[in-house]
Amino acid sequence: MSKPSERVTESDYLKAYRIMLTSRIVEEKLASLYRAGMIKGGVFLGRGQEALSVSAGINLHRGDIFAPLIRDQAGRLAFGDTVLDTLRTYLGSQLGSMRGRDGNIHRGRPRDGYYAMISHLGAMIPAVAGGLLAKRLSGEQGFVGATCIGDGGTSTGAFHEGLNAAAVDNLPLVVVVANNQYAYSTPNSRQYACSDLLDKAAGYGIAGHKTDGTNLLDCLQTLRKAVASARSGAGPQLVVASLLRLVGHGEHDDFSYLDKTLKQSPVGSDCLLLAEQHIIDQGWDTKDELAKWKRDIEEEINTTADRVRREPPPDPEEDDWEALSRAEYREQHTSP
Amino acid sequence: MITYLEAIRLAQQKALATDSRVFLYGQDIGVFGGAFKATKNLSKEFPGRVIDAPISEDAIVGMAIGAAIEGARPIVEMQFADFSTCALNQIVNHAGTLYYRTGVPCPIVVRLPSGGTSGGGPFHSQSMEAIYSHWPGLIVVTPATVEDAYSMLLEAVNIDDPVIFCEHKFLYYHLKAEALPETSLPIGKARIARQGRDATIVTHGAMLHESLAAAKELEEDGFELEVVDLRSVKPLDTDTVLASVARTGRLLCVSEEWPWGGVTSEVIARVSSEGFGLLDVAPMRVNAKDTPVPYHPDLWSVHRPTASTIAAAARRLLQT
Repeated sequence: MSKPSERVTESDYLKAYRIMLTSRIVEEKLASLYRAGMIKGGVFLGRGQEALSVSAGINLHRGDIFAPLIRDQAGRLAFGDTVLDTLRTYLGSQLGSMRGRDGNIHRGRPRDGYYAMISHLGAMIPAVAGGLLAKRLSGEQGFVGATCIGDGGTSTGAFHEGLNAAAVDNLPLVVVVANNQYAYSTPNSRQYACSDLLDKAAGYGIAGHKTDGTNLLDCLQTLRKAVASARSGAGPQLVVASLLRLVGHGEHDDFSYLDKTLKQSPVGSDCLLLAEQHIIDQGWDTKDELAKWKRDIEEEINTTADRVRREPPPDPEEDDWEALSRAEYREQHTSP
Repeated sequence: MITYLEAIRLAQQKALATDSRVFLYGQDIGVFGGAFKATKNLSKEFPGRVIDAPISEDAIVGMAIGAAIEGARPIVEMQFADFSTCALNQIVNHAGTLYYRTGVPCPIVVRLPSGGTSGGGPFHSQSMEAIYSHWPGLIVVTPATVEDAYSMLLEAVNIDDPVIFCEHKFLYYHLKAEALPETSLPIGKARIARQGRDATIVTHGAMLHESLAAAKELEEDGFELEVVDLRSVKPLDTDTVLASVARTGRLLCVSEEWPWGGVTSEVIARVSSEGFGLLDVAPMRVNAKDTPVPYHPDLWSVHRPTASTIAAAARRLLQT
C-alpha cells in the first residue's frame, strides 16, 4: 500500500507513460479502423486525458473496484484490461468480453472488479459505492473503488445521489472528474454555475483534490494521495482535473465548436507530449529510445488487430437470446 | 394470525437469519422500522445489516446492483412503488441488462409497496408491474395472499436475477393467515384460486380478492367463474391461462393498472394469438380508469375495479 507522502519514482513514471502511449496508439488504431468502416459502432477517444486516466487505474490493485467511463482507455489498461479485449470489443469479435452483446467503451469484467459502464452518466457512482458497501459488510479490509466522469456528468442526479450516499456511509470511493471543458458540444458555461467543480466536494462533506490533467507527475501524485486517503478510511474523495479533450466527442464529431483559445491555454497541452519531454529532460530515457517504444507498441497492436479481424463475429443462431441467468424463470411464450 | 405485512417482515427476518449475504437498504427502514413497519425490529436483531438510505431512489438501486456484483443479496425497499420511477434508470438499464451484457447475474430484490388505498392519491397508489415487465432482464411478481407474500419473497432472494416484488398495500393489514406455508408453488406458476366452468377471470394482486367476491356474487345467479391468480406477471404462466380458457371458453382480465399496455393487454394478446380457437366470445378486460389515481375515497373507489364492476363485466361476458 502506498503512503501519500511516497514520491513518484522514475519507474512509476515510466510505467504510467508506457500505458499512456499504448492507450494513445491503440486509440489511433481504432480511429483508423473507424475511418475504414471496420468498427461496428461509435469510437470515443480519450486523447488528452491519458495522464489522468492512467493515474486512476495504476493506483488500484486486485480486490479494488474500477468503473471507468468513455475516455479511460489508459485507466482500463492500467487496471488490467488488454489491447486484445479492447480490439475484440470494438471490432465485434465473439471472443471479446461482451461477446458482441455490447461494444466499445461499455466493456468490463465485473467479477474482476472491472465494472462495465452503462451510458447513463453518473450511474456507475452508486454502483461502485454499493460494491464497496458489500465488501465492508463481508468483512473485507483495505479496498478502494474508483470511477471516472466528466464535467457534464457532474450535472446528473445520479452523480449527486451517488456521491451523497457514499459520503453518508463514509465509503472508500474516489470519483475522478475530468473537466475537459466540453460535454459533447456543451461548454462549461452552460454546464454549471459554481466557480470551480471542486466546490462540490464541500457540499458533500468530502475531501477534494485539484490536479493539472496535462501533467502526469501531478496526476500520479494526486491520485496516489486520494486513493490512499480513501483506503485508509477518510471517506469519499473527489478529484477534479483540468484539461482539454483534444478530439471531438466521438470520431463522428468534427469538434467545430472548439474555442481555439483553449488550445493555447494551459489546459490545451497534450499530456503525452509533456510526459515524453519530462522523461527526456530528466534523462530517464532518450528520444530515440522512446521512439522505439512507440514502434514496438504499434507493431504489437497491428498484429493483434490483424488477428482480431479474423475472429468470428457473434452468431445470432448461437446467442440464446436470454436476459435472465435462471432458465426456470424465463418467459416461454414471447416469440415475436 | 399473521398479516400480509407481517409475512413480508418475517420473510426478510428469515432471509437475514439464514443467508449472511442478505442485507436491507432503504429509507427509514432501520431503527424506525420502515414507513409501513415491514422491517420493524430487524435492525436491532441484525445490527449493521438493515441500513437507512438517504432519499435517493436511483442511488439505492445503484448501490444494490454494485453490492450484488460483489456477491451480496440486497433487498431494497422503495417507500412507495410510485417513487421507483426515480430509480427506473438503474432498474431497467443497469440491473436488467447486466447479465445479458456481462454474463454476471444481478441478484437484487426491489420491494415496491404497490397499489391503491383509500386516500392515497396520485403519488402513493400506483401499480408498476406492467412497466417493469416491459423491459427484459427482470422478474416481476405480485403476491396476492399472505402465503405468497412470504414464500415468494424468500424465493426472490434466492434468485440470481433482479426481482421486482410488487407487494400490495391494500392487503397489508386486513389479509390474514393462520400460519406461514412450508411449501409453495414456484414463481412463474399461476394458481387456480377458484374453479369454475363458465368463464375465466385472470387477475393478480389485490384484484384477486375483488374478483373472488365477484365470482361469489355470480354464483347466486348460477354461474361458476374460474379465477386464475397469476402470482407472477413476468414470467407469465400462459399455459395455466390457456388451459383454463380451454375449459370455459370465456376470458375476463382484471387489473388495477391503467389499461394501455398493461397485464390485461398482454394476457389477451397471448390468448388471442395462441388460443383463439378456445374462445367462444371476444375476451374482455376491466382496468383502472385512464387518469391519475384520485385522492378522494369517493373518486378512488370508482377509479379502480371493484367486485361490482367486475361482476357487471362478467355478466356481459356471459350474456354474449
